[in-house]
Amino acid sequence: MSADENTGDESGVPMYVAEAVMAILVMTMGAVVMWGSWNLGSGWTTDGPGAGYFPFYISLILIISGGGILVQGLRKRNTELFASNAQMKRVATVLVPALVYVGLIQLVGMYVASAIYITLFMIYIGKYSALKGAVLAVCTSAFFFVLFEVWFKVPLIKGWLNPLGFLGY
Amino acid sequence: MQELSALFQGFAVVLTPMNILLMMVGIILGILIGVLPGLGGANGVAILLPLTFTMSPTSAIIMLSCIYWGALFGGAITSILFNIPGEPWSVATTFDGYPMAQQGKAAQALTAAFTSSFVGALVAVVMITFLAPLVAKFALKFGPPEFFAVYLLTFCSFVGMGKGSPFKILASMAMGFGLAAVGMDTVTGQLRLTFGIEQLMRGFDFLIAVIGLFGIAEILVSMEEGLAFSGKSAKISPKVVWETWKELPRYWMTSLRSSLVGIWMGITPGGATPASFMSYGLAKKMSRDGDSFGKGKIEGVIAPETAAHAAGTSALLPMLALGIPGSPTAAVLLGGLLIWGLQPGPLLFVEQKDFVWGLIASMYLGNLVGLIVVLSTVPLFASILRIPFSIIAPVIVVICAIGAYTVHSAMLDIWLMMLFGLLGYIFKKLDYPLAPLVLALVLGDKAEDSFRQAMLVSQGELGIMFSIPLVGTITGLALLLLFWPIVSKILDKFRKPKQKVEFKEEQPID
Repeated sequence: MSADENTGDESGVPMYVAEAVMAILVMTMGAVVMWGSWNLGSGWTTDGPGAGYFPFYISLILIISGGGILVQGLRKRNTELFASNAQMKRVATVLVPALVYVGLIQLVGMYVASAIYITLFMIYIGKYSALKGAVLAVCTSAFFFVLFEVWFKVPLIKGWLNPLGFLGY
Repeated sequence: MQELSALFQGFAVVLTPMNILLMMVGIILGILIGVLPGLGGANGVAILLPLTFTMSPTSAIIMLSCIYWGALFGGAITSILFNIPGEPWSVATTFDGYPMAQQGKAAQALTAAFTSSFVGALVAVVMITFLAPLVAKFALKFGPPEFFAVYLLTFCSFVGMGKGSPFKILASMAMGFGLAAVGMDTVTGQLRLTFGIEQLMRGFDFLIAVIGLFGIAEILVSMEEGLAFSGKSAKISPKVVWETWKELPRYWMTSLRSSLVGIWMGITPGGATPASFMSYGLAKKMSRDGDSFGKGKIEGVIAPETAAHAAGTSALLPMLALGIPGSPTAAVLLGGLLIWGLQPGPLLFVEQKDFVWGLIASMYLGNLVGLIVVLSTVPLFASILRIPFSIIAPVIVVICAIGAYTVHSAMLDIWLMMLFGLLGYIFKKLDYPLAPLVLALVLGDKAEDSFRQAMLVSQGELGIMFSIPLVGTITGLALLLLFWPIVSKILDKFRKPKQKVEFKEEQPID
């Protein structure tokens, strides 16, 4: 959020492309659901409507509405930007670390991963000093630990490595 | 007057020290949620839902519904002081609220907003008190075809009353139904649409979807805009409150009109956001000096706030009486009822009297407590907004991840939450509405069950949906709403071109 803030970067993904891609995704989902419900038996079985009976109609709606959005989107050809490159970059600076964070949860558990994530986010995106970030992050994690493990007795994921195993929770 | 005695019994249930404490905690958490970007009524309640599993259902719903009231109050703080709507339904409040704050009248604007929120909610709760038992009694006669017709009506009214492309509303809805179908089929026990992935057997939980769609997506949208908070500070003194209150009765007509708009939009799943815009527009049109709207007129704060709160409250009526929620947050509360082992719907009024009337009584008390709490804590919450976004954002992501994990203690859910977050971001950018997806995901299985039962009764004849006068009327109404976009287009061709709807561009779709 520093230099690329107001550069007037006008290039990016136009709206109608994003619309079309999303419409095709909707139709693809429709096709997948249709294929799945067809395999389940979307017709009438001996004891009533089959398991795929209802989803089959849903897939029809998906395909029809996806087609409608596609046609509408291509007809209007809205060339406004869906998101400029600078915007996409800003979104990525949140999204990518968040995905890494979720991967980290799997590895070292909720508390440790959260502390690392908040620290690094504050240092690299918030431009805070390492000490400030680390203190705040550890405090936050400790607060959640007390809240969930001690007070509400709701165990959170400890991860494959379970670095907090020595605490006995 | 049976309702009144039941209501007093409800007050007796609610008025324990523990419940009052939970009410306060709920309100404060709710205001916090309403003020913070990325946390809102729906996903806030979704995240906190697992913490209430061990409470008694009555205490749990009191706390959760109070979070909801708190979130409704909290949205007004950010829109008036910071010109940033904390919730979609408070966008209309910024039009006059922020100019008032700029003129140094922030305290008046806030007092007016909170008080009219309270009035709107109060009118809606009175309506629920007397109407809900009647609706429930009527609905006791419903069979599967009638219930499916009501579901149909709910979803068709999204198409008929929603803004934007009807195809997008349909797509969002069908996606919800499609995701709801994944997992174990309740009737045949077959696994459906899991494509061999074992963990999908459980299906997609709507709580995960809500946390991702409303939480993560909101963070992404805020980040894209590069939000920096800069706002007016406010201190509310009892004197200002009193002065403003003296002024408010003059606008009783605006309040009444807005309450009615809100109640109507809340019961039908129009939602709080369109209600607030509609009532702002009406107030402007009906006012003697409509031109001064948007420059800091107190009526411009009263109208949307009253309507939003009335809509948010009356969204609980169809949830309680029919088991069909009128808004995403009501849908989350309904999910809670199911988890606590209560079957929402008309029978709830017969079998769980204490619970229902306790909840209704807590709506009266919760809003009163909310008004007092919010008036006294504004400076505190305004200062929370001064915390930089680069601290708030990661903490909210962490809270969302924890919330998603606690639903089923499943790691996959956190990944799904991120996926839903991305989907929600794209939905928001492309103006797909989110509410139909959430409601379809919640109601999918139930709607399907009633459809299949209806089809079993009729042996596959769709004609059953038109057979009896009652079911036929509801279905007819539903179909009318479904094709309303086409019908209104044809009607427009015969009529003179209408005036353009005001603020259409600014109005968020949710």
